[in-house]
Amino acid sequence: MWAGSQARAIVAAMVDKRMTEDEVVSELKDGMTIGIGGWGSRRKPMSLVRAILRSDLKDLTVVAYGGPDIGLLCAAGKLRRAVYGFVSLDSIPLEPHFRQARQSGAIEFTELDEGAFYLGLLAAAHRVPFYPTRAGLGSDMLTMNPELRTVTSPYDDGEELVAIPAFKLDAALIHMNRADAAGNGQFLGPDLYFDDLFAMAADKTYMSTEKIVPTESLLDEGSVHTLRIQRIFTDGVVEAPRGAHFTECPPDYGRDEAFQREYAATARDPEAWEAFRATYLEAPSHADYLKALEARS
Amino acid sequence: MSSIAEATIDEICVVACAEAFRGDGEILCNPIGTVPIVGGRLARATFEPDLVYTDTVAVLPANNFPVGDPDAPKVVESWVPYRTVFDIVWSGKRHVLMGASQIDQWGNQNIAAIGDFRQPKAQLLGLRGAPGNLVNHTTSYWVPNHSTRSFVASVDVVSGPGYDRMRELGSPSNRFHDVRRVVSNLGVFDFQTDDNRMRIASVHPGVTVEQVLEATAFELAGTDDVVETRLPTDEELHLIREVLDPTGARKAEFR
Repeated sequence: MWAGSQARAIVAAMVDKRMTEDEVVSELKDGMTIGIGGWGSRRKPMSLVRAILRSDLKDLTVVAYGGPDIGLLCAAGKLRRAVYGFVSLDSIPLEPHFRQARQSGAIEFTELDEGAFYLGLLAAAHRVPFYPTRAGLGSDMLTMNPELRTVTSPYDDGEELVAIPAFKLDAALIHMNRADAAGNGQFLGPDLYFDDLFAMAADKTYMSTEKIVPTESLLDEGSVHTLRIQRIFTDGVVEAPRGAHFTECPPDYGRDEAFQREYAATARDPEAWEAFRATYLEAPSHADYLKALEARS
Repeated sequence: MSSIAEATIDEICVVACAEAFRGDGEILCNPIGTVPIVGGRLARATFEPDLVYTDTVAVLPANNFPVGDPDAPKVVESWVPYRTVFDIVWSGKRHVLMGASQIDQWGNQNIAAIGDFRQPKAQLLGLRGAPGNLVNHTTSYWVPNHSTRSFVASVDVVSGPGYDRMRELGSPSNRFHDVRRVVSNLGVFDFQTDDNRMRIASVHPGVTVEQVLEATAFELAGTDDVVETRLPTDEELHLIREVLDPTGARKAEFR
């Protein structure tokens, strides 16, 4: 039904968007609003996050179903504001560096109901100013976010709903299992999360991937339903094997729980944080990071 | 009949959580936490066979399988990535049974933060999905450490709004709000009073009403003629111990 490798000859030459992590970061600016895909400690574009950590970028606003991406950016002092549905490491329910940043007042924050957060992405993706929802009525979500407004249904029911504003993103960072050089992305795990919406909501989307494959090989490992990132929404592709480490990236690899525990423990121990930073975060490239990982075992 | 000498508090709480889903029919049973999850699976394995439940990753398994074993074989009946879970929340076909770090007499729940949310003394999980859950479908709560620190006069942050907030909000926004029950390590509580204040529905075997009142920082209704929480049946004990939680993971929630 779908032509595979036998069609190699007829694939028209497509744009080549391959770049490095540092080239991605060179396109970002201080004060930008950056969306990060994945969910908690699952399929996060960690090699891109580490490239931001070792850059001079500052005053960023990050929009995410947060995990160690938000934690690391908090710990490194890169964030002005975090916009999130939650910030969790999954097997460790609350991100410890994020907890610290909240308790010390180091960051501004926009905390939303998890489902309402999805609607902010959807509104930005669809270029409408807001999507309405019942979520938030009666709870302190509206107290915590006084800028949130409600709307009244224009129909006979006249129901009042919360208007979740569009999360306009300057850039989005996502990580896919496979991609082609033109920027088509494929997820092979159990959940895409909201990565397609991040890509559509952003002016520029940069996608890292476990492996860049020829376009005609995209159906070798997954059905057509797994091709959920279209190249019209991507601007750069970075090949980064184990690029989501230490978050999970099934079926390629699971979460590195031992590494995650070590990372989490650095929130309570400045010396451990310094050692962690020097060993893993100052690695000048993703290849050097992988070497540092290898040296662990 | 029931094995009164054998059932332990964790098993009594599992059954009390299972009972929260009685009568729900064909909806998504979505318990969060080990005791609630074992309870939800028990409900489906016994008196609510039409429930569907999540594997906490992205599918609906059609078979009974143990908690805490990611490799347990699953018969997959459907796919529910998180986006679909939110769609189901808004459809109303869901009953969530989740934790509450603090809960008050109206059923206001806090899992967000202790202290001022602007710069909390203790950052907790956050609002998570509670605001959307409460105004869209049935909710129940599980509190494994019933004390005046968890059953409080007033919560620091309202993640999941209770009946006083819903009264203020009024119709039609409040029409899907339903806090079914609260299960703690001391008893079962509901809001079936004239003004929807929390009342004692039952105390667990061996627990006195005085103990419950001492551990609660607000006035509870329903203190007369209090009944005991029912004991697990032999079949339920078998399912809990041998099928749904053979490693006893549920016991870790009692500290």
